[in-house]
Order: sequence, then C-alpha cells, then structure tokens
Amino acid sequence: MSRLYEGFLEAIRLIISFDPDLLTIVLLSLRVSLTAIIISTLIGVPLGALLGLKSEKKTRFFNKLIFTFMGMPPVVAGLIIFLILSRQGPLGVLSLLYTPTAMVIAQVFLASPIVIGLTTVGIRAKGSVVEEVARSLGAGPTLTAWTVIKESRFAILGAVITGFSRVVAEVGAVMIVGGNIEGHTRVMTTAIVLETRKGNFELAIGLGLILLMISFIVNSVLYSIQRGGENN
Amino acid sequence: MQGVSKIYDQEVLRVEHLTLTKGCIYGIIGPSGAGKSTLLRIINLLTRPDSGEVLYQGCPTPQNGPERLALQRKMSLVFQQTLLFKDSVWNNVAYGLKARGFPKAEIRERVNSLLEQVGLKKLASRGTDTLSGGEAQRVAIARAVAFEPELLLLDEPTANLDPGNIELIEEIITKLARQKKITVVMVTHNVFQARRIADQVIFINQGQIVESGATEQIFQNPQFDTTAAYISGRMVY
Repeated sequence: MSRLYEGFLEAIRLIISFDPDLLTIVLLSLRVSLTAIIISTLIGVPLGALLGLKSEKKTRFFNKLIFTFMGMPPVVAGLIIFLILSRQGPLGVLSLLYTPTAMVIAQVFLASPIVIGLTTVGIRAKGSVVEEVARSLGAGPTLTAWTVIKESRFAILGAVITGFSRVVAEVGAVMIVGGNIEGHTRVMTTAIVLETRKGNFELAIGLGLILLMISFIVNSVLYSIQRGGENN
Repeated sequence: MQGVSKIYDQEVLRVEHLTLTKGCIYGIIGPSGAGKSTLLRIINLLTRPDSGEVLYQGCPTPQNGPERLALQRKMSLVFQQTLLFKDSVWNNVAYGLKARGFPKAEIRERVNSLLEQVGLKKLASRGTDTLSGGEAQRVAIARAVAFEPELLLLDEPTANLDPGNIELIEEIITKLARQKKITVVMVTHNVFQARRIADQVIFINQGQIVESGATEQIFQNPQFDTTAAYISGRMVY
C-alpha cells in the first residue's frame, strides 16, 4: 500500500515538473491516437451514415461484419497490421513497421468499425425521417446527407469519443506494430507495461493518472455537449 | 395522376385519375389506413408508385437527377409527426430558402415576415425543443411555405392540437394559400375542418377515391352511401 502511495506522490511530482520523458510519451500518445481518430471519423461517419440510411435488410451482412470488427481483440488487429506491414507483407516495401504511422494504421483499424457501427445505430434511430423532411423541403443529396449527420451529431460524437477511448487505452496492437521503442514509438500504455515490469512504479502510476485525466476531460466535454443536445 | 397504384404487402392505393387545379385548397378525408398519406407522398415524389403516372402541368415527372429535384422544389410537405431540426426557429424557417440558394438579404426578409405572420417573431432565436405543439406546428408550416411552393401538402396539420391552435393554424393555412396563390392538399381526419377550409373534398376509402367534388356538394349531397356514412360519423372502420 505504501508503495502505491509513494508511487502516487512521485507521479504527481513528475506531472507537475513536466518530466521530459513523461511529456514525450504523453505527446506521442496523443498525436497517434488523435490522428487515428480523425482518420477513423473521416472514414466512419460517411460510411455509418450510408449504412444507417439504407434499409436494414440491404445492409444486414455489412452490419454484422462491422459489429464483429467492433469487438476485435487489439492483439489480433496488431497481428494483421504487422503481417501487412512486415517486410514480406503486401505493404512491406513502405518500411512502416515500428513507426508511429504503423501505430496510427493499427488504431484506425480498431477505431473505424466502432465509429461506423455506432454512427449507423445513431442515424438509424431517426435518420430516415430527417432525410424525408430535408428532401420535402427541397434539399439536394449533399445537403440532405449533411442535415442527417448534423441532426445525429450527438450520437456521432458519442461514436467518436468511444473510438478515441478505445485507441488511447489500447496496448496490444501498438505494442506489436510499434515495438515500444523509447522516444520513437513508446506511448502511455506500452510504457506503463514496461515500467511496471522494471519496477518503476512512479512513472507507471504517473502515466496511468494522465491516462485517467485525459479520459476524464474527454468524457466531461462529451457529457457537457450531450447535455447541451438535450436542450437543443 | 393516372392509373397510380402502390403496393406494400397488398395494394394500399389505386387512383385511376386525379387532377389538381392551381390555387385550390383540397381536403382529403377518409378513415385511417385508407391511403391518404401514401397519396401525399406520391404527389411529393417521396414515394414512387408501382404503376401509373404522375404528371406535373401535363408533363411526366422525371425519374431521377436534377430535373426531379427541381420539380420537388416546387412543392413541400408538412408531415403528420412534426420534425423540426435541432436548431433555432429562425434557421428552421430559413432551411428551404438556403437549400434553394436564395440571397441572404431575401432570406432574412422572408423569414422575418413569415415569423411575424405566424406570430412567432419573438421566438425566432429560441431552440425548437422549447416550443409547444402548436408553436412547433406553426414553425413547420412557416418552413414549408417560406420558399412559396406551388403546391403545399399537409398531412394532418392539426392532429393533437387544442381548439385554439387548430383555429390559428387553419387561419394561417388559408391566409397564406390565398395570399401566395398556393395549391394546398390537406389530409385530415376532421371532416368539419375539411368543410371549413377546403374548396374541394376528396373522399378516399380502402385505397380508392370514392368521391370528389366541391366541398358543399360533397357534404350536402354525397353520391355514395359510404361517403354519407363517413361524413356523418356513422362509418364503422
């Protein structure tokens, strides 16, 4: 218990003093996960909107596929991306393995199905009604699609935040494709695993606290926006 | 409209012939499930008929593309379940005008003037979720007529409203229709409402037009027993 307490105090000191090692890891984590979630949003929201507006009968197979991928174990995702990016793999020539780009790819692979799946569900709730109202008011295809997305914005925001929470806390995939190289591909989750194994509990707890803080901030923002949505 | 039919599990609508005259207010009456809403959706090009033809000013309606959109933009439909966008009252009324690329100054002028006419100017900046049922329906009607469609389709525009709001909305519909020379087709369960505001009444039963004609002619001298039974409230369905 005292080790946990001391680790906690040391962690606070590291955070307050802006420890350079800690800062490098945190910034890389945020860069990788934010890039991944932006790409996943750009892929996932239009696709989710498309699936949500098509009849369930026509998209049943795709929905099942997406929901399956939503629950994919990160290590399996990591393994697939590893095999694709490894020297003998189809994209081996790009030499992306053990780079932050590989980590972004793995995280996009994990987050996109979540964004697509939850957007589909959110839009299916009342997307077809919104679509008909927009069309009856003379909106063309682009404005109609935009209106449907705008009207489902709180559900979509939930999808994006869920995707972000998944990737920022993920360890298996980034460990496999990133390799946990210090100063290059080491992120918060992989660093926590390593530092715990080495017995450096202060840094591990510090990183854990920061992860929790990020999660708290992100969820607080979401909560405020969604409460705003209730009144809007 | 010629030989139009719509089939879901079974045939829900068959209209051999229906012509709408410009500037008229039509009241479509009939029991639940008679096909009234389907008829409105087909006229609005939201639903495609399984057979037959919908003609607009004598020309067949385009199947797809910008021509179909251009034709759709000449009409608007107010749905039975009011759905306002999660935005301000003002932006809701401006939606159709923005979709048509009206200049900003004209949008401002038209929206402000319409909100004044429907008695909602003070609520212009309010979020739509704060409105009462009557206010929401007035916004939906203002939104549908803001771009001055040639044809306004209304599906039960006063369902679930109190008598005060019903009177107000009827007044708005007739005033706007006469003022802007808009052809109105209104589906209603309320035969008294149809009698109050429609120039022509169309009675639909079991997916078919039973009878249509001038309102007073239908109410005072119906040609069929089913029409007489429905308008007198004796029809069991």
